[in-house]
Amino acid sequence: MAFEGLSDRLQETIKKIRGKGKVSEADVKQMTREVRLALLEADVNFKVVKDFINRVKERAIGQEVLKSLTPGQQVIKIVQDELAGLMGGEQSKIQFSPKPPTVIMLVGLQGAGKTTTTGKLANYIRKANNKNPLLVAADVYRPAAIKQLQTLGGQLSMPVFTMGDKESPVTIAKEAIKKAKEDHHDIVFIDTAGRLHVDDTLMEELEEIKAVTDPNEIFLVVDAMTGQDAVNVAESFNERLNITGAILTKLDGDTRGGAALSVKAVTGTPIKFVGMGEKLDALEPFHPERMASRILGMGDVLSLIEKAQANVDAEKAKEMEKKLRTMSFTFDDFLEQIGQVRNMGPLEDLLAMMPGAGKLKGLKDAKIDDKKIGQIEAIIRSMTPLEKSDPDIISASRKKRIALGSGTTIQDVNRLLKQFKDMKKMMKQFMGNTKGKKRKNPFNLPFM
Amino acid sequence: MNFFKKIKNKITGQTESVTEKFKGGLTKTRQSFASKVNNLVKRYRKVDEEFFEELEEVMISSDVGVNTVLELIDQLKDEARTRNIKETEELKDVIVEVLSGMLTKKDEENELTFNPNGMTIFLVVGVNGVGKTTTIGKLAHKLKQEGKTVMLAAGDTFRAGAIDQLEVWGERSGVNVIKHQEGSDPAAVVYDALVAAKSRKVDVLICDTAGRLQNKVNLMNELEKVKRVIAREYPGAPHEVLLVLDATTGQNALSQAKQFSQATGVTGIVLTKLDGTAKGGIVLAIRHELDIPVKLIGLGEGINDLQTFDSDQFVYGLFSDLFSEETESDDHE
Ligand SMILES: Nc1nc2c(ncn2[C@@H]2O[C@H](COP(=O)(O)OP(=O)(O)O)[C@@H](O)[C@H]2O)c(=O)[nH]1
Ligand SMILES: Nc1nc2c(ncn2[C@@H]2O[C@H](COP(=O)(O)OP(=O)(O)O)[C@@H](O)[C@H]2O)c(=O)[nH]1
Ligand SMILES: [Mg+2]
Ligand SMILES: [Mg+2]
Repeated sequence: MAFEGLSDRLQETIKKIRGKGKVSEADVKQMTREVRLALLEADVNFKVVKDFINRVKERAIGQEVLKSLTPGQQVIKIVQDELAGLMGGEQSKIQFSPKPPTVIMLVGLQGAGKTTTTGKLANYIRKANNKNPLLVAADVYRPAAIKQLQTLGGQLSMPVFTMGDKESPVTIAKEAIKKAKEDHHDIVFIDTAGRLHVDDTLMEELEEIKAVTDPNEIFLVVDAMTGQDAVNVAESFNERLNITGAILTKLDGDTRGGAALSVKAVTGTPIKFVGMGEKLDALEPFHPERMASRILGMGDVLSLIEKAQANVDAEKAKEMEKKLRTMSFTFDDFLEQIGQVRNMGPLEDLLAMMPGAGKLKGLKDAKIDDKKIGQIEAIIRSMTPLEKSDPDIISASRKKRIALGSGTTIQDVNRLLKQFKDMKKMMKQFMGNTKGKKRKNPFNLPFM
Repeated sequence: MNFFKKIKNKITGQTESVTEKFKGGLTKTRQSFASKVNNLVKRYRKVDEEFFEELEEVMISSDVGVNTVLELIDQLKDEARTRNIKETEELKDVIVEVLSGMLTKKDEENELTFNPNGMTIFLVVGVNGVGKTTTIGKLAHKLKQEGKTVMLAAGDTFRAGAIDQLEVWGERSGVNVIKHQEGSDPAAVVYDALVAAKSRKVDVLICDTAGRLQNKVNLMNELEKVKRVIAREYPGAPHEVLLVLDATTGQNALSQAKQFSQATGVTGIVLTKLDGTAKGGIVLAIRHELDIPVKLIGLGEGINDLQTFDSDQFVYGLFSDLFSEETESDDHE
């Protein structure tokens, strides 16, 4: 399959090299091959991938494996760390001019989402920073581009400066700044026409707009679905304009978004915002870590590993895993699990973070409402030791007693019993315990 | 027969202007891909692992897609082995043969399908900003120049200014545009357009639709509904469901092709923005994995910047540097 996540890809490799104390060169080679493919499938530019893999190799070879991790997980962790490092920290702040108006210019290829993002960003900053924006329609080429921005301005009740499509964008931009000063707008957003980075005339036009407006920010708007060409685009726009950041659009799609990494790598400027839809409120600050996981296609498996590392005693976890595998898992174990897992944050989040968990049938029914977890604990504590280890003996009268003892209803008890049963079933699926053949736990997480 | 010669013969039969136009638009594409292959061939005299690794990179950098590339490389390795090819110069022919073999398997499929007895209806779909409306504008002009009467349906009722945009294109090529208010039901617009097109007996009705990302279930359902309305009102229609893909798009284009096919039964692809530096290698992957033919390509924002896709020309465009080199070496002999 073309769009497997890295975690799926790595399963095989991880299985082969688990349990070793040190990460060997051969392990790393095999792992990095998979990482390379995953990154390429995610559209990260191949040159960027190459540099990246070299760095991972350097760091990984010969490293001690942390107690709670397998060598495979260890390498993933290094990959994630490197990736997050490359992506940089969260930087959604805007440079405001000490002398208003602040000027923000949006540039990029055709159809990237500049006009929509102009509206979104103005909306966002008006709210977040209490500003009074002026939108500038400087795309005189695309049919109805001005009308498009005017419509957005109307929806936002924000004025749009236009001089029609007969004046040059440079003139329009210059006049717009004048107008902003007159009308006391403290921030101006210039929506420029889409252009190819190799279109010399039009790139020159952007340089001129920059010269006459002296923008505080120049954002390159990049479609998250962009492929290998993202580096050429980002490089050219950056060379000509010295962009101050990028905005990644259409991230509400199912693309991995490797272009984010390419753009960051070649321009060195931060990705500041992401577009998450067509509506005018669908703009969010960029989260580098989330993006890193997305590119790798592994849910938040890494944060999961980190959490597990911090919270779960590895030895105990091993014991638990054995119990799960032999299906001798009881309510007592369940209670203990709840305690451990509880320290790691909301259960649903954990489930959501598990790669592949979404695909498992039965998971939905077995899902535990985080808020009801206290109730669950109370019910289990009201069971006798025998009931805890063999829930099948819990008759109607026992249920009544348990409900009374835990201050819940019989329905609550019934629900938990069913959930427990479902959960065991699900665990069985996880363990691949079918037909007596034992497969390794595909997730291999310490608490499972 | 030598593959280059075969292509060359075919090309010389074509009108110069079309080829030139195509070559002009594809210049950058061709240069970067073909010159890379050429550099490779010059750098490596021997066919070895290293050579294949770098070839792999050249193709990956063209967005062909890792899976397809790996398969192709395997194929090439096999060819090299069975034909006992040792020199990279020789392998060059094989590279072209294999690549174009993938694209040219059903050449006749690259033509648009028209209804031989009655009105022809095209439905144009795709994700946001790929060039659907622009392509429709160009296509309307092209068909009109061919003597057909054309009508457009402003089926993008969502994006701000989308209706006006299509109207501008309608004016440019002098064709009627049927529209409703922004925010209205696209199926209703398309229905009205169908009725109008039937009563005015136009030859071709082209339906624009709003861009939508393929993972949005509601929006994909909406599109299915539009298609159903067309099929119900005009049995046998739509005669083409054209998926517009931006050549700049990476691997997600495959997912787009899959999902849009599932929802609307895509019959052909329009590959836009080939006038940039994006290589459009995704065409290979899509053809390979989904067997959807490319029918049109976009080479700019102007009204004439639309060409019918010809795989031979496409390959010629990609590899014309190789062809000319071939000629040179022929001359020297
Ligand atoms: N789903 C989605 N669509 C977007 C996003 N940003 C822009 N678009 C859509 O992308 C298309 C092109 O956007 P537009 O602003 O006209 O791009 P421009 O040509 O760069 O000005 C439109 O259909 C927008 O609605 C986004 O974040 N998510
Ligand atoms: N360079 C170039 N730009 C194109 C091409 N086709 C469309 N565009 C531009 O891409 C942008 C989006 O096109 P549009 O038709 O509105 O896309 P839609 O949202 O899919 O309808 C516009 O700025 C078009 O001018 C092409 O072949 N080459
Ligand atoms: Mg625009
Ligand atoms: Mg459109």
